Amino acid sequence: MDEARRVVLRSAGATGALAAALAAGLLRPQRALAATWNKAAFGAKNPADALKGIGAADAAESKDVVIDLPQIAENGAVVPIEVTSNVPGTTSIAVLIEKNPFPLAAKFDFMEGALPYVKLNVKVGESSLVRVVAEAGGKFYSASKEVKVTIGGCGG
Amino acid sequence: MAGPMKIRATAKAGYTDIRVLMNHPMETGLRKGSDGKPIPSHFIQNVTVKVNGKTVIEGQTSQAISRNPVFSFRVKGGNKGDKVEIGWTDNKGEHNQTEAAVA
Repeated sequence: MDEARRVVLRSAGATGALAAALAAGLLRPQRALAATWNKAAFGAKNPADALKGIGAADAAESKDVVIDLPQIAENGAVVPIEVTSNVPGTTSIAVLIEKNPFPLAAKFDFMEGALPYVKLNVKVGESSLVRVVAEAGGKFYSASKEVKVTIGGCGG
Repeated sequence: MAGPMKIRATAKAGYTDIRVLMNHPMETGLRKGSDGKPIPSHFIQNVTVKVNGKTVIEGQTSQAISRNPVFSFRVKGGNKGDKVEIGWTDNKGEHNQTEAAVA
């Protein structure tokens, strides 16, 4: 009888932990899909937390994510970035500027009919790695490229 | 208030190229004004692209997007005359949208 009680308690504990994990990490990206703003990811102050916020902490390096951006940006306030994902079935693309105060710059979800491509202008505070993460079939693929900034984009 | 918005959608071989220009200060909240007080953040958070009434791209953006944002998107196929609608909402709840026909 005692044994059975142990088992029940143990499994109850495990379920509790799972629920906590769901609440902390996994529910946020889902909420983001509902056209809201992923506050956890966009408010993150380092690239690791931002990636965690979009559920991409375990993104694998991939050559199929193509980033086009200038090696040297004379004006950090307007740095053009062009991204194409050649990963089949890409459903989203996120752009992170690793050294910015809030690294996550943008995330685009692509529905039926859209091509996994985006071009945007971003502010880059100082020379930094730009990381792009593409999502396909629940997996994440990433690539990065460095941009050198001679005049920062976040100065006053 | 929200300034004018412009869309240019062009049919290419196999896809349609959509460019959009938005008027927005995209204030980071990290800058200080001439009086030394921080300027509150004011930036676009959501961008939605629809083609013929169907949502094809939903974007979330941060204060790192440059002032007066310009985006390019691509959608498969597309014919001249297709209706492209793009709208945005910012962190103060202001919003704007406009539409254009594919040329």
